[in-house]
Amino acid sequence: MTAFLDNTLSGLALGAVYALVALGFVVIFKASGVLNFAQGSLLLLGGYLVAVLHDDLGFAGALAVAVLATGLLAGAVDRLLLQRGGPDPAAAPVQTIVTIGVDIVLVTELSRRIGGDLLSLGDPWGDAVTEIGPVTVADSRIAAIAVSAVVIGAVFALFRFTPWGLSLRAAAEDTEAAALMGVRLSRVRMLAWCLAGALAALAAVFLAAFPAPGLERTTGQIALKAFPAAILGGMASPAGALAGSLVIGLTEAFVAGYQSDLHVLGEGVGDVAPYAVMIAVLLVRPTGLFGAKGAVRV
Amino acid sequence: MPQAPPQERPALHVEDVDVMYGQAVSALRSVSLTVPYGGIVTLLGANGAGKTTLLRAVSGTLRLHRGTVTAGRIRYGDTPLDGRDPVAAVRAGVVQVPEGRRVFAGLSVEENLRSGGLGLGRRAPAQVREARDRVFGLFPVLAERGRQAAGLLSGGEQQMLAIGRALMAAPRLLLLDEPSLGLAPLMVHRIAEVIREINAQGTAVLLVEQNAGMALSLADDAHVLEVGEIRLSGSADDLARTDAVRRLYLGETTEETTGGTAVGTADGTTTAPEATRPATDPTRDQGAA
Repeated sequence: MTAFLDNTLSGLALGAVYALVALGFVVIFKASGVLNFAQGSLLLLGGYLVAVLHDDLGFAGALAVAVLATGLLAGAVDRLLLQRGGPDPAAAPVQTIVTIGVDIVLVTELSRRIGGDLLSLGDPWGDAVTEIGPVTVADSRIAAIAVSAVVIGAVFALFRFTPWGLSLRAAAEDTEAAALMGVRLSRVRMLAWCLAGALAALAAVFLAAFPAPGLERTTGQIALKAFPAAILGGMASPAGALAGSLVIGLTEAFVAGYQSDLHVLGEGVGDVAPYAVMIAVLLVRPTGLFGAKGAVRV
Repeated sequence: MPQAPPQERPALHVEDVDVMYGQAVSALRSVSLTVPYGGIVTLLGANGAGKTTLLRAVSGTLRLHRGTVTAGRIRYGDTPLDGRDPVAAVRAGVVQVPEGRRVFAGLSVEENLRSGGLGLGRRAPAQVREARDRVFGLFPVLAERGRQAAGLLSGGEQQMLAIGRALMAAPRLLLLDEPSLGLAPLMVHRIAEVIREINAQGTAVLLVEQNAGMALSLADDAHVLEVGEIRLSGSADDLARTDAVRRLYLGETTEETTGGTAVGTADGTTTAPEATRPATDPTRDQGAA
């Protein structure tokens, strides 16, 4: 029973962090039709900035700068690189390929700087734990769940209640009709990229915090697990991204938690499990859990 | 407040406009027309004549279709509109209702209406309320359906929503692209009444139609576009009496003209093969269900 609660909590914490990254995928896809393969390297950049800045600025200051800088860089990538031919959704496949190039450049430079080091982010939780009844939870995981819940709630409110959110959803439904209403497509898109970058930087903190050993050059690859989460949810649905992330997080935690009982499947099943779940769900619901209409861009 | 430069009674002037798609396709050649303040002007023509292209040139969406205004000028009052983006047109008070309604199907009726004001940025709540009251006055059904997804409305209701959405930007000139398309005759009649009412409230209308009977009954002036050029221009009454228009757009044979009854609001394009609706028309006829 304790093991079950333990796995549930770490699954939720993992899922909450994946949700931050998956939400970034979804916001970008909805706004521009692009699959952003550079999301992982943006995450790594955010983590790296916190790691190098926290001595001078303190953790909170470093985090603020990292979130802001990563968001601005993501916006700049979209505005200056991807949108060179205008905010034309028909160019999305080409722009998707460009994000692979951006990813390679960023990852190469960051790997060169990080090398084989394990960087501490100087987060306030350290290796502290809290006892909740029979289970012991790392404080960093509680923080991950709490912060993600607040941030995701805020992002959903942005979608629902702000002119930007309405513009984004209208443009995702019908780009030309939205343009006729006076929606500035390129600006709406760029802001979506900024948001996704900021979310990635925030996620980096929790991915590098205890019980993870710290930030390493491969931390960005963890973002790839948010990819099946976003696809699972339906790619264009923020609610789907959240649900998909929790599914993936829980799957991973449980498979890892019961690894010893699953040894017939071999080592490292936990890493494969998210993709197995994604494929299983897509066999039943090809458009994802919430993707009935939204995933189709015409 | 982001509005057009103050001018009391602006009119839309399209002067000798050429439009090209890509490098080679000439869609409009030397097209001129004027929509006076508070007037209704209709533009008739078959499929592919360039009617929608002209509206795109005015509303600034040509670029989305890789088209450009290569010659001539378009201005609304003192505001130049050729080569500008759609935001400029909306802010100048010129709003287009696209062909085929194009409501945001997954958004609620309420959100669709809210999206109509997006181009104007932040507005005083009183202004928004005024625009909304006007829309609900014209289309009470939209007030009842506020929370429903727009995609679940009938075709006629969607057309009302598309017009209502455009009116949320409080336009002084409304560009209507085939509002009768795919609607049942009864609903076409209703839309015609609404256009008349919107105009009576002081909004000018540029009406693009294939349903010439309806369009000519509403408009003050009319133009006939054929393969990118204006063929006929004049008052709507005069044009309705010319043989060519009667034959091609009102669906009358020459023998019948002595009887003199226009087909009116029914779909009056039966004898003109190039004017019939395309079989692939994606919109469904469910208007007055």
